Amino acid sequence: MLTLALDTSTSAIGVAVLRDGEQPVVGVEVNARAHTELLAPLVERTLAQAGAGVRDVTDLAVGTGPGPFTGLRVGMVTAVTMGYALDVPVHGVCSLDVLAEQALAATDADEVLVATDARRREVYWARYRRGADGAAEAVTEPAVEAPTGLPAEVRALPTAGRGPLLYAELFEAPLADVLDVDPGVLARVAARRLAAGTPMPVEPLYLRRPDALTTAERAAR
Amino acid sequence: MTDEPLVLGIETSCDETGVGLVRGETLLFDAIASSVDEHARFGGVVPEVASRAHLEAMVPTIERACAEAGVTLRDVDAVAVTSGPGLAGALMVGVASAKALALSLGVPLHGVNHLASHVAVDIVEHGPLPEPTLAMLVSGGHSSLLLVPDVTHDVRSLGSTIDDAAGEAFDKVARVLGLPFPGGPHIDRVAREGQVVIDFPRGLTGGRDMERHRFDFSFSGLKTAVSRWVAAKEAAGESVPVADVAASFQEAVTDVLTRKAIDACREHGVGHLQIGGGVAANSRLRAMAQERCDAAGIELRVPRPKLCTDNGAMVAALGAQMVLKGRPPSDLGIPADSSMPVTVVSA
Ligand SMILES: [Zn+2]
Repeated sequence: MLTLALDTSTSAIGVAVLRDGEQPVVGVEVNARAHTELLAPLVERTLAQAGAGVRDVTDLAVGTGPGPFTGLRVGMVTAVTMGYALDVPVHGVCSLDVLAEQALAATDADEVLVATDARRREVYWARYRRGADGAAEAVTEPAVEAPTGLPAEVRALPTAGRGPLLYAELFEAPLADVLDVDPGVLARVAARRLAAGTPMPVEPLYLRRPDALTTAERAAR
Repeated sequence: MTDEPLVLGIETSCDETGVGLVRGETLLFDAIASSVDEHARFGGVVPEVASRAHLEAMVPTIERACAEAGVTLRDVDAVAVTSGPGLAGALMVGVASAKALALSLGVPLHGVNHLASHVAVDIVEHGPLPEPTLAMLVSGGHSSLLLVPDVTHDVRSLGSTIDDAAGEAFDKVARVLGLPFPGGPHIDRVAREGQVVIDFPRGLTGGRDMERHRFDFSFSGLKTAVSRWVAAKEAAGESVPVADVAASFQEAVTDVLTRKAIDACREHGVGHLQIGGGVAANSRLRAMAQERCDAAGIELRVPRPKLCTDNGAMVAALGAQMVLKGRPPSDLGIPADSSMPVTVVSA
């Protein structure tokens, strides 16, 4: 089994190649404005670094967000197109779940918060606890909200993602080393869920409807 | 002739997800998934709605194109994609998908210009393009007169709209007349029942304008004139003769378009005019262009309406020309360029 994992839900463009029982080979570029340009060459390079080619890929994993839409779609359409062209399955993983795994590895706490940049002065967030098997278990569904709208006790949890960088006064316990999705962790979560038979739909988590009023809504204003 | 290159073309610059397959100069299949019905509720194309629809439709449309063309992806020799101009977020879906295909299949990628593709599509309809060709592209997003010595690397802009695109004018006037979006087909239909009785203005056709903007277009004054005319009728308590207004408006647009296109042919000594873009589906434009070209001794080429609107076949057609003429492929690092100049044929 060789899993190719991609995530473009944050400012980081991440690619990982994971072979069974090995350390993942990871490539990351941080650039919020160049997902389209950077992802495909990064896939090519990371595969080469792992001594693999596209034909060796048996599984694809992709972060389904939530995240800024335009960048998110670059990763998702790349994954589903490669999956179709290579005739291999594509597994979707909520990107916040991956950050939660990274957060739990970085702290001894049993509960963590993930808060990422949703722009427009809002964060994408979800709360997690350490499950019986050590994996992150979601306590809340992913949501988008102004950070001031989160209860104080939630904001006090060790927090992963770039939310605390943007709203330092609101998040008391930032996990400064866990800012963006680690595609190697994404690959591991996907492999674990696949082994457990957990369904992994490849559906983008937009959480917001498109910014437009229908003609009926405009008339009603 | 199976030794000719098989090229898959992807188009996502606006609201149509298009995937076409062209072998050499032959169209095998053109698959389209349109989100136009979703946009109709909003009265116009909403970029985010279009981008979401592209992501959903991308793989199913590739799949359908291959199945209907009777080929598998393994047979594809090159992938072409619209890399601009267009809606940024929409373009990115197509460009990323095309890169993923090229990378997975180990074949070259050609990022190409949307407007040049509108010109190249006529190759799969009417055979090799005469060189040079004079092309007029008219749609909701563009109104351009192009001189095309070689569609794979030499496209020159003679003029374009200085305000609204021709198709945009159709949409806006349709709204004034209470007709649904997109306006083009509805105005065309309603106008058949009407008479050309109102003399609406022809933008940029007068003396001074002709010096500075001989091959440019302007439709915003025409749109305003229609709104004022309708508002005056309503204010006077009279009913609006919708069919007559539609016919008169359509006549003004097609008169300006065809007049300038033929003037451009004459000026540059070109004996061929090609019309493309969604507005080329307009029946009055097609008829008037034919009449005036015949009178001027110019050969008119207009692809069938389905190939005039945005589609994947046009991208595949241009991609195939790139391969046939040995043009270098694009890098996997190319951007989606929403304002790609018309003179830049490939990324
Ligand atoms: Zn077009």
